[in-house]
Amino acid sequence: MEEAAISTSTSSAPATEPAVELEGITKRFPGVVANRDIRLTVLRGHVHAIVGENGAGKSTLMKILYGMQRPDEGVIRVNGSPVSFRTPGDAIAAGIGMVHQHFMLADNLTVLENIILGSEPRKGGIGIDFAAARRKIKEISDAYGLGVSPDVLVEDLGVGARQRVEILKVLYRGARILILDEPTAVLVPQEVDELFDNLRGLVREGLTIIFISHKLDEVLRVADAITVIRRGTTVASVDPGDVTARRLAELMVGSELPSPETRESTVTDQVALAVRGLTVRAGDGRAVVEDVSFDIRKGEVLGIAGVEGNGQAELVEAIMGMRPAEGTITLDGADISAWATLRRREGGIGYIPEDRHRHGLLLGAPLWENRILGHQTRRPNVKGPWIDRAGARADTERIVREYDVRTPGIDVDAMALSGGNQQKLIVGREMSSEPVVLIASHPTRGVDVGAQAAIWDHLRAARARGLAVLLISADLDELIGLSDSLKVILRGRMVADVDPATVTPEQLGSAMTGATAEPADQLPAASDGPERLGSAAAEAGEEA
Amino acid sequence: MSSSFTDRLLGRVRLGGVLALAAPVLAVVFAGVVTSIILLLNGNQPFQTLGLLLDFSATPSIQVLILNTATTYYISALAVAIGFRMNLFNIGVDGQYRLAVLVAAAVGGAVTLPGPLHVGVIMLVAVLVGGLWASIAAVLKTARGVSEVISTIMLNAIATGFGAWLLTPGRLAVLNGNNVGTKPIGPSGHFPGIALVSGTQAKVFGMIIVAAVLGVAYHVVLNRTRFGFDLRATGRSETAAVASGINVKKMVLYTMILSGAVAGLVGLPQLLGASYSYSLDFPAGLGFTGIAIALMGRNNPIGIAVGALLWSFLDNSNDILDFNGIPKEIVIIMQGTIVLSVIIAYELVHRYRAVAEQRRVSRQLSTAAPTEPQGAAV
Repeated sequence: MEEAAISTSTSSAPATEPAVELEGITKRFPGVVANRDIRLTVLRGHVHAIVGENGAGKSTLMKILYGMQRPDEGVIRVNGSPVSFRTPGDAIAAGIGMVHQHFMLADNLTVLENIILGSEPRKGGIGIDFAAARRKIKEISDAYGLGVSPDVLVEDLGVGARQRVEILKVLYRGARILILDEPTAVLVPQEVDELFDNLRGLVREGLTIIFISHKLDEVLRVADAITVIRRGTTVASVDPGDVTARRLAELMVGSELPSPETRESTVTDQVALAVRGLTVRAGDGRAVVEDVSFDIRKGEVLGIAGVEGNGQAELVEAIMGMRPAEGTITLDGADISAWATLRRREGGIGYIPEDRHRHGLLLGAPLWENRILGHQTRRPNVKGPWIDRAGARADTERIVREYDVRTPGIDVDAMALSGGNQQKLIVGREMSSEPVVLIASHPTRGVDVGAQAAIWDHLRAARARGLAVLLISADLDELIGLSDSLKVILRGRMVADVDPATVTPEQLGSAMTGATAEPADQLPAASDGPERLGSAAAEAGEEA
Repeated sequence: MSSSFTDRLLGRVRLGGVLALAAPVLAVVFAGVVTSIILLLNGNQPFQTLGLLLDFSATPSIQVLILNTATTYYISALAVAIGFRMNLFNIGVDGQYRLAVLVAAAVGGAVTLPGPLHVGVIMLVAVLVGGLWASIAAVLKTARGVSEVISTIMLNAIATGFGAWLLTPGRLAVLNGNNVGTKPIGPSGHFPGIALVSGTQAKVFGMIIVAAVLGVAYHVVLNRTRFGFDLRATGRSETAAVASGINVKKMVLYTMILSGAVAGLVGLPQLLGASYSYSLDFPAGLGFTGIAIALMGRNNPIGIAVGALLWSFLDNSNDILDFNGIPKEIVIIMQGTIVLSVIIAYELVHRYRAVAEQRRVSRQLSTAAPTEPQGAAV
């Protein structure tokens, strides 16, 4: 009977049968219990959202369901029968597929090649049956309205299209239950709408979708059922019809919903950071940041909005001196264009990097050594050529206390901390040297609501003390809420100035994709080469 | 679980408390079992074999030999370990020390200076030549991106050829009977030995003190200085190092040269304490032994000392086995087994620690509420 349920491919299955049941799932890692007594029932044909702070254990739970981790305790039932997954292969065989937050696509292959990679249809045992693959992809794409054409190169696709390829890849392998891990993180509002249309199409055809997110308004829009996870365990299952975003957030954190609003202007007339004609070239000589100029005054937050991969990362690295660039950068009146990274940091630039694992932390080193990182020439970390252990340790204690870094102690390795706590440590570290300018790249990405509010508070407080902040974020609410002025970056150029007081996320989203900007603005940029959408996300593969 | 195998292999992940002891003990036991099996397969008694080795090594003259060889091994392993801590695989310690000791011996033989100064000059020359030779690989890596593994291996071969060319009469060598070697260093250039072991005329190399000082310096520089922090940070995460303002290319250059400079000293205990001349029969291959010992000692100065002593013990006491009808090559198998055992044992202990910690946490959670922020834990 259960097997029969799997084979009812197109007929809409009754939405009362559970597709996935988790009972008493517990998973422990060294130093932390990631999941504790998780209970979850996902009905067939539902979009079931799982919400929770980062570090609440959503990702671990999904890894368990996808066979990447084995639970220490508990039972997983798929379509009513208990299963035990050893590898993702087992999960795929049971009809479960996962669309990862960071796309796992090879840019230089076509859509078709990416989709069949690893499960190529054979012709005569040796050759790959491209015709069959193309037929099947076409079929699936049409059946679910995904609109994926098999023969384009992935590098020519935008982020939304890449995501549809990922979804198709999973469907191609026969998945009837899809796990989507933070699928909207890299999308602009318009793309989110398209994705949600696709998801509704999928569930109409009887598929089940498990949707992981911490963007509550999106969850409320798309989900048929919501389960809230807090501190590793399921705390509530709610119907999106009976709940508000505020109530959901309270369930997630057990406290009030923070807001990024900063309306009182603290902007002064002293320019802290001036950038003039900054151009960054890629290895092939193509400009990835082109002729960018701006000023940030003391007490001002300048937000840069843009779809990821439009030159933000390169801009930041150029300002930090990690990447060669043309043009001039002036810090507090001094031309720092020729300075090395360390000297720029000493000169008063604080840096919250986009990818904290790659650029912000030594994961295998204790917290107090991480306090020294980037500040290894300054007190209280060093005395002359010597590391001042006592000074660094005492100051790490202070950061842990003042920034509420939740850790058993400062001798714990950084990798033992949750993302939010790692980020709070970084923010604390960068703030403690009293910087003139702070480059904050996605300061609250992958961070839970509680930590997000804390980080926003710290940024606001520092701004009030006269800090100049360059804020780069994919979270449009954060950008609009925190920024005193906003610029939109598209294909490496600043294409628009936006007033954060009046702009809506939708308008900003349009400007980011170039939809509403004057055509004259984009035509020259369009000939520069293929869009680099999503490549930054592909590089930042922090999921193991 | 979340640390990489290389990190654990090169000792960048630490073990605490009893576990730090358990790993080496486990390794010795494991190596003992494997060697015993091999001995038994060859029809020899494991305990008898070990007894022979231990008895023989108790002879005072052998003890001096063990200490002397271990001194050399220790310096070599330190040189390798400096690179390891930064993910630099200096396979070229061998070429670096052979070239360094050759030139240092020639300079030492050519000049006569007051005692300590003479020794100092020889050491300085050795350090400079070792560092210079290593800097070739460093420059290749920083300027052209050449893997230091490839370049140092090739530089080893070049050092062999270059050394042979230098070591001909008319260049740096003189004919000495049947042997070709550098002009012997005068008495003022000898490093006085220490009569550490009673019951024998043989003296322990005075360079053992230099080796010990190097070990302390290695620890202090790596763990207590800014340079050491930059070095370790670069080894842990090059991307984070770059973002923090560390000039990674400069660090590669400095570390490689430092490693080569220490490598330059590897041949000096032998040169200044026994042979006083570099000739064709000067010990070779010490650089490769150093790699094995650095791995075995997990880049820890004490661990390396233990490894060097163990290796030296096996190398110097094996002659007795032949007299008893046991092939002495068995010690080479032992040495290989020990290195592998150490790697396996540490891996096992790391995994055990992960499981134990999970249990501990779950126990804590069942008895107490989830951990709240804890500000002042030292």
